[in-house]
Amino acid sequence: MKTVEEIKAAIEAAVPGAGVTVLANPSPSAQHSLLIAHDHAVEVATFLRDAPELAFDFLSNVSGVDWPDKEISEKVKVTRQVVKTVDGVEQTVDETVEETRKHVQPGYLESVYHLYSVALGHGPLTIRMRTANRTDKAEMPSLTPVWRGAEFQEREVFDLYGIVFTGHPDLRRILMWDGFKDYPMRKDYVDPDDFEYEPTPHDEVLKRAQAHQAAAAVREGAAPAQ
Amino acid sequence: MSTGTEIKWTPGKASEGWNRPPVIEPDGEGELLEVAMGPHHPSTHGVFRMDVVLDGERVIKLKPVFGYLHRNHEKIAEGASYLASMPYTDRLDYFCSLSNNWAYALAVEKLVGQDVPERAEYIRVILAELTRIQNHASSIGFLTQEMGASGTPLMYAFREREKILDLFESLTGSRMMCNYMRFGGCRVDVSAAWLDAARKVVAGLPKFVDEFEALLSSNEILMARCQGVGVLKPGLAVNASISGPMLRASSVNYDIRKVDRYGIYDRFKFRVPLGDHGDIYDRYMIRILEMRESIGILNQALKDVPGGPVMDAKAKIRGFRPKPGEAYGRIEAPKGELGFYLISDGSPNPYRYRVRPPSLINLTVLEDMCVGHNVADVVLIFGSVDIVLGEVDR
Repeated sequence: MKTVEEIKAAIEAAVPGAGVTVLANPSPSAQHSLLIAHDHAVEVATFLRDAPELAFDFLSNVSGVDWPDKEISEKVKVTRQVVKTVDGVEQTVDETVEETRKHVQPGYLESVYHLYSVALGHGPLTIRMRTANRTDKAEMPSLTPVWRGAEFQEREVFDLYGIVFTGHPDLRRILMWDGFKDYPMRKDYVDPDDFEYEPTPHDEVLKRAQAHQAAAAVREGAAPAQ
Repeated sequence: MSTGTEIKWTPGKASEGWNRPPVIEPDGEGELLEVAMGPHHPSTHGVFRMDVVLDGERVIKLKPVFGYLHRNHEKIAEGASYLASMPYTDRLDYFCSLSNNWAYALAVEKLVGQDVPERAEYIRVILAELTRIQNHASSIGFLTQEMGASGTPLMYAFREREKILDLFESLTGSRMMCNYMRFGGCRVDVSAAWLDAARKVVAGLPKFVDEFEALLSSNEILMARCQGVGVLKPGLAVNASISGPMLRASSVNYDIRKVDRYGIYDRFKFRVPLGDHGDIYDRYMIRILEMRESIGILNQALKDVPGGPVMDAKAKIRGFRPKPGEAYGRIEAPKGELGFYLISDGSPNPYRYRVRPPSLINLTVLEDMCVGHNVADVVLIFGSVDIVLGEVDR
């Protein structure tokens, strides 16, 4: 199989302005991946499938990955002028202080596609796409029109991660039930309070069960349970 | 029929593409009938529902509904160490726990660059092929059961499966939840007596397959019900990521044992059977032929199992923390391509743990195969896909 760099060059020659970045994988598996920009993703995928020397006709696996906001703290050396009293005389002295600066690296959702070629027998090629953020712009183009095999897997990523695949022919929840609100595979997902109760609750669990039953009764418009 | 949550999405061009399910018009006489087949239906192999729209007996539309057995295995695995997920892989496709073990071990070994001793590779091949034989035999048994052959072929299959499960039990301590493989080898060594017992079981298998075939292959009812029903074209099969016996029944020559040559499969001689028509009968026949090839592999593997350790001495067991990175490993499981995708962030737990379930993905084309056939054929077409709900819903 060609290296990811060669495949990147081939994509850029065929789809101008494709926006492909090579992401190195430091693991011994050496499965490096290509990050694809949204704008031409479907064209790039079609090229990967149809180009005779690549022929990635088999989409093996689609997985979502959640990368939450990350607070990065780095130590910076700062030189500042300090007024000090040395030997009874006030002087302005340069002093080097180590300072911790924090900034938040914005998070994103990612979907990873593993491609193989049935025609040529090579693979895997890993391509990935990232959403702009994890909240209001959690969308990316669907590759189901190119590979039908993505249909259920993209539904699953939508269901568990909340990535909206634009262009998907039938985007619904697949494993969780309709009406379920949250996305369970996200790293910041919290189990609902009424998740599972012991059959005979006691102590802390009993308090939680009573609180939940009271809240549920109010929701349903009935009188709170005794 | 379920309508889904309220989300904004634009229907794409895919709806007019060649790889979408066929749309057929009702003949206009009488009303359409919507039937929920399942979740408690004897033919669904577990809890699974098909929402079928019928025009008389003809299927107009079919939507599979999943999730009754969902327990979010992937999320649980993110909260456990790498090794702690090994027993859980047994519960994915509970018919083939040893294949699942191997797929997971292979992915982790790729992630950390771990070697496996030769003896362990031989044991893995022997166990995986025994698993394949018992899976295919039972799957054919269930298929005939759904055809109305009340139990006889299934009991023939289970008789043989018992012998294989006895082997598993004496080696691993469990008949179905084997939890046998480890990153860098296998948990315990096989004894010479076990190998003899395995040889004895394998020596009896060709007779079983002959008997099974004599019973079924030219059976008039089986042929009438299966031939030309549920046809899957090779182009669509590849595009829809179908794998395993289903893909090969559609005459696509793709066997991961041949393509990836994982383990030591390049040392054995075996053929890849291919179908001509891609119908239910071809899927049945491919499973029969694959059992014969598996017996061939087993004979070769059992002939010269080398000595030596079954665990790599350098394999790390305590404080197992793969370096940051990711890996995708896959094997040819009895039901198709079983893959594991792992991302490590350097901690003892995987950052991301993904199972590529062949059972779920092979159901992508269920509607395509069923539309236009009678409702009674839906049961057979579904049975010929060979799924286990523990893996579909995870």
